[in-house]
Amino acid sequence: MSTAPGIVRIVRFPWHEAVFWLVLAAGFWLWPKHLPLASQVLIAGLFTLSYDLILGYSGILSLGHAAYFGIGAYAAGLLAQGGWGEPLSGLLAAGACAGLAGFLTSFLVVRGQDLTRLMVTTAIGLLLFELANRLSSITGGVDGLLGIEMAPLLGAFRFDMYGRTAYGYCLAVTFLLFLGVRRLVHSPFGWSLRGMRDNPRRMLALGYPVSHRLIAVYSLSAAIAGVAGALLTQTTQFVSIDVFSFGRSADVMVMLIVGGAGVLYGGLVGAAVFTLAYHYLSALNPVYWQFWLGAFLIAIVLVGRGGVLGAWARAVSALREKHRRTVTQS
Amino acid sequence: MTHALRTSDLGKHFGGVRAVTGVSLALPRGARHAIIGPNGAGKTTLINLLTGMLAPSEGEVYLGEDRITRLRPDQRVKRGLARTFQINNLFPDLTVIQCVLLAVCEQRGAGVDAWRPVARCEAEIAAAREVLRLLRLERAENTIVRELAYGDQRLVEIALALACKPSVLLLDEPAAGVPKSESQALFRAIADLPGEVTVLFVEHDMDIVFRFAQRITVLVSGSILTEGPPEQIARDPTVKQVYLGGRA
Repeated sequence: MSTAPGIVRIVRFPWHEAVFWLVLAAGFWLWPKHLPLASQVLIAGLFTLSYDLILGYSGILSLGHAAYFGIGAYAAGLLAQGGWGEPLSGLLAAGACAGLAGFLTSFLVVRGQDLTRLMVTTAIGLLLFELANRLSSITGGVDGLLGIEMAPLLGAFRFDMYGRTAYGYCLAVTFLLFLGVRRLVHSPFGWSLRGMRDNPRRMLALGYPVSHRLIAVYSLSAAIAGVAGALLTQTTQFVSIDVFSFGRSADVMVMLIVGGAGVLYGGLVGAAVFTLAYHYLSALNPVYWQFWLGAFLIAIVLVGRGGVLGAWARAVSALREKHRRTVTQS
Repeated sequence: MTHALRTSDLGKHFGGVRAVTGVSLALPRGARHAIIGPNGAGKTTLINLLTGMLAPSEGEVYLGEDRITRLRPDQRVKRGLARTFQINNLFPDLTVIQCVLLAVCEQRGAGVDAWRPVARCEAEIAAAREVLRLLRLERAENTIVRELAYGDQRLVEIALALACKPSVLLLDEPAAGVPKSESQALFRAIADLPGEVTVLFVEHDMDIVFRFAQRITVLVSGSILTEGPPEQIARDPTVKQVYLGGRA
């Protein structure tokens, strides 16, 4: 393979990435009592990964991404309620529904700039939330959809009360989609997304149909968000209109900023930090936990420019520099 | 005769302000054509109209025999009309070859490839290096764009446009902000471009214009004052009066 220096460095799967996923795979033994929480982290991570595609890589600011998460969640829920409980086909169908919704709404989203996009995406999220609320006979409203029963995964693995099957399922789906997104961001298409984020005018002058490409990535992102939503429904066998909530859209943005936008693992790390902070802070202080969560987030943003991964990269770089100086002096 | 680029009565009005009015140009294939004019003459507006960054209020634009007036900027680029910007409009955090690869990938149809890693796009990498070689930028291949000297950044501007494989190249003040010593080298690189590429450039430096242009159009207040070969423009008393101030 001919590789030009400076063109792209990471193509193969480096050891530290392999370790990351192996640790997650070892979760069955490392945190066996917390598998349901770990599944929530993976679902949030997949959702944030989908959001990273549009915000971190393409520069589309959105406060309505929960709309697609919700569509996927309800698609999977309604299918299971209607008797189609096979998880994998349900997951694909949910992703397709969310992707289609993303495609149809993308025309409204990509035409504006930051503030317009923020308003349009917020409006889409709120509209879908109200629609789901209004159609409570179908969606179950705030009480949620009842009677969701999932068939065993691959016809063999029942969704158990300890969350083993759910965790394995979430991990496998998240890993496969992560690999796909990883491949995409290192491809010419992925590069063009960053070009459009940094300088859309110049990309237009290079012959890139900027709007068309943004529509494509927005639809793909919506489909992945839909898969994340479907995972939530299938593994908890419950869905309510909360999946469309504005809070969920805001949370995914916070998770990405906490983890680091546009760095692939930022979404997964941010989702883990946010979900675990949420879980443990609310257990420590059930009344004022949001205060501490807010303080924690402010600290992360102030200390770690570029999120947790940005701070990590700077720390590693500083340590390497210190080591280099020590070696030079000795 | 089929022209590489032609406009007929092209105009752009912003409310009551007529930025460009009734501009008719015809550039034969391989021409080196300059547009000059005082500040506010409508030169950049004209470039924006030609490239589709602005929609005209009136008139038509033809690329070869095709009417391209209603095409989007990216569609015009695909048909062979590329441009540079008056102020550097690059990707400051990318290396020079990464920038050029962006242009090459789309030009060769690889811009939609979402699977193959960029590092494995051998043909595109070779084509990007060829563009850098043409502009003598190989030495800066792996330099981050923002760390380049301004003159080299102007060359990267041109490299990006050339990577689009244009039949017509529009250069908006390519030597703006470049020291005199570097601007000559920059224009030598432009002069060395393949003969089949038609070049239309906007420039303020009259030495450069009169040295490199085969024909010159003088734009004043959005309209064409006169057009002709450099010797004729240099002798034209109206041009001397309104633009050159009697210097030429």
